Amino acid sequence: MAARNPQGGRPGASNSRFAQFKLVLLGESAVGKSSLVLRFVKDQFDDYRESTIGAAFLTQTIALDESTTVKFEIWDTAGQERYKSLAPMYYRNANCAVVVYDITQASSLDKAKAWVKELQRQANENIIIALAGNKLDLVTDSPDKRAIPTADAEQYAKDSGLLFFETSAKTSENVKELFTAIAKKLPLDQAGPRSMRASATRPGVDLRPEAHSTQGAGGCNC
Amino acid sequence: MAGEDGDGAVHQPLDAKQKDESVINNNGDNDVKVLKNDEEKDSGVPSAPASREGTPPPLPPRRKLLETPDRRPPTSSGALTLPRSTPRSAARPPLQSKATTALSLADIHSHAHVNEGSYSNSPASRQLSLGGLRTAHSGHGSDGDETASVISYAPTMEAGTDVESMLGDVLRDRSTPGWVPFSPRKGVEEGSLFPDDPDFEEAFEHEFDELDDITSDGLDQDAVVVQWKAKLKHFMILSFAGKPIHSRHGNDQLITSSIGVVQTLISFYQGASEELRGFTAGGVRFVVMSRGSLNLIAISKLGESDQQLRTQLDSLYQQILSTLTLPVMERMFKNRASTDLRRPLQGTETLLSALADGFTRGSPSTLLSALECLKMRKTHRNVINNTLLKTRSENLLYGLIVAGGRLVSVVRPRKHSLHPGDLQLIFNMLFEAGSVKAGGGENWIPLCLPNFNNTGYLYMYVSFLNLDKPLEDITERPQSSGGTEEEVAILLISTEKEGFFELRQMRDDLVKQLGKNGSLEIIKQAVRRGRPACTDIIPGTVLRHFLYKSRGNVQFIMPSFEPAFSDPVARRRLITLYMHLHTALHSRPVHPKIHHSTSTTHTSLAWSTPVFELYAVAPANTQRAALAQAANRLIQYVRREEERVFIIGGAVF
Repeated sequence: MAARNPQGGRPGASNSRFAQFKLVLLGESAVGKSSLVLRFVKDQFDDYRESTIGAAFLTQTIALDESTTVKFEIWDTAGQERYKSLAPMYYRNANCAVVVYDITQASSLDKAKAWVKELQRQANENIIIALAGNKLDLVTDSPDKRAIPTADAEQYAKDSGLLFFETSAKTSENVKELFTAIAKKLPLDQAGPRSMRASATRPGVDLRPEAHSTQGAGGCNC
Repeated sequence: MAGEDGDGAVHQPLDAKQKDESVINNNGDNDVKVLKNDEEKDSGVPSAPASREGTPPPLPPRRKLLETPDRRPPTSSGALTLPRSTPRSAARPPLQSKATTALSLADIHSHAHVNEGSYSNSPASRQLSLGGLRTAHSGHGSDGDETASVISYAPTMEAGTDVESMLGDVLRDRSTPGWVPFSPRKGVEEGSLFPDDPDFEEAFEHEFDELDDITSDGLDQDAVVVQWKAKLKHFMILSFAGKPIHSRHGNDQLITSSIGVVQTLISFYQGASEELRGFTAGGVRFVVMSRGSLNLIAISKLGESDQQLRTQLDSLYQQILSTLTLPVMERMFKNRASTDLRRPLQGTETLLSALADGFTRGSPSTLLSALECLKMRKTHRNVINNTLLKTRSENLLYGLIVAGGRLVSVVRPRKHSLHPGDLQLIFNMLFEAGSVKAGGGENWIPLCLPNFNNTGYLYMYVSFLNLDKPLEDITERPQSSGGTEEEVAILLISTEKEGFFELRQMRDDLVKQLGKNGSLEIIKQAVRRGRPACTDIIPGTVLRHFLYKSRGNVQFIMPSFEPAFSDPVARRRLITLYMHLHTALHSRPVHPKIHHSTSTTHTSLAWSTPVFELYAVAPANTQRAALAQAANRLIQYVRREEERVFIIGGAVF
């Protein structure tokens, strides 16, 4: 599952930059990974969601500013233990990852930490990792439901060099902010040819791919 | 392409078919014995010709029969004039080809009383007395040989337990909902094929509701238990050690005691080196199936036969294997007998529930162990097949185009077929359970197809098409106005774990080509047309509904449930009727070829030949001759249209 050929620059969008990145969501089951993605991609939320089976592949494009567009190719993975062995294939070439936990479930942060560790050891060394404490809406009304203090998670994120947000897929609080922050941190200008596209109309800069990567390369993306 | 599958014949292949038939053959009387798959395969599977549907079954000229009524015994004038299905029978004296009606109401009444005697106080296996009944009737059956035999209805459910109602309307009070189609009732609505039964309707209406939560103080427990007991159908799955794995209704708290009782019963028989296979209590049938390290229990008031319940249990078992694979599951139990399988199965509860709900609503596909296809012209299907072959990517194992649970086309290696049971699991996942539905986007799903290989995983790429804008990026599962019936999915299955992007590319190529050559439009039209009504198939037919299964193709066709069976209750009753007909055809030792039954509200026919099985229902006043004629015309229709209604061969590489 190597990086694919991203689409070329958008025609007609001169003076604009278009970058494409692979993003993977990881975390314990039922912390709200699919809900976060669905809020981000479709701006929808269902109170009752079935578990993801396998993994879902979605895309979403956001405009960072007037001239910069970022397209995320998102792998929304299933959190169940039995899918664990498949995870490397989703994060192997990812440019960024969102590791999600449920702020009302203490154990889910431990699981998130394990994912962060695995990503830092096994994934692309330049991978941008964001830690997202989801279900913020649950503690707004009843603060006693909170199992993980914001400060604790924030400190951990800081120590580990992660972006950090507490989010609510239900109210959409911080969801867009999360993905935007990731997009901003991604190396838009120095991005490797496989993940970065600029319009060829821009004089003097040729960011067309040096080589079209193909299936099965499986190598590192950096 | 046409050349490639010019042998045309085999298709959804022999092994699948044999397995399927063997399952069916294991009906009824051998209930005491442990079923072993291998034995089943080898045992007396009728050698249905592996010929395409087009090969006409060896039917003697029916016209002639009609023209020479003097060959027929006087009693059978006006009787079922069905063509005799084997040349052998044609040589027999006329008497032996006499078709006889199967069932009279008197039979049912007497059965009810018989049951009263034998069962009222104990959950003794009904098999005992069924055996008796069948023996009694096999006498009738033998005179007709296999051409047409009599079979009486084996009651699939016990009569109630209170003696009091012996004095009352026996059928009404004692019949379980599954019996209702056969109960004589007054005040039947005009046009309805089934008698009113408010109790069943009420129960069925709430069948799919969630149970209320038991409040923490436990005060509502009794009310919830009442709700729980009112359910028409339960499934329970436990580990060999008695740990609950799945229950269709009720949470742990509620079912613990029941699980305990069931486990005790099962262990008791195991302790005696016997196997508990089924019993009846309080008008409810319990069927137990042990598979590997699991015990599966079906509890039903819907009147299925044991074999039919077993088929359903087997599907649930296959679903579990599909998640875990057999070796992984067995290893877990070997390492720790008390393994809680719910953890590794986490997230698939919805798949098991969706299967169970499907069985409760009634699934012709499960009943017949066959698939349904989207009807289209042969040339159109060939174009789609060829497009699949042309765009096939290197690591593709199976490729399918599916429209609302009906197969449009399939591409597969010559050596491998797709088993209907495996496809059913896939269709259940995609079209019944919400998991993939809700996710949006494209999916990459590791799954084990247990009938293909129960030891390893395959990887399935799933993409739902927006038929109006098929070439757009799929960001979400399109909402089609017709619900799941109109959803078109492309499924590409590979052994390659990392094949997602390869198959995604194939999907893009495939959709582009199908768009270019007009196939998408054809699929769209076929999907929107839906299933034809009976009268569209045969103008003026008396049939209200039918199931026709092509044995060779392991596929079936049926008309629309509209208008006669548009509401779920009527549909469920229709399926119950089909289940009884199916039981009648597959019961031992009689194995009738033709079964005809009447009630005050409908008349029905089941007909089995090596080529097909047909189940049909018509209004009560329909003459047998008319019913037989309608059946014959239907057979002619299928023969004429078989290359449209069935996928024959498919795209093979």
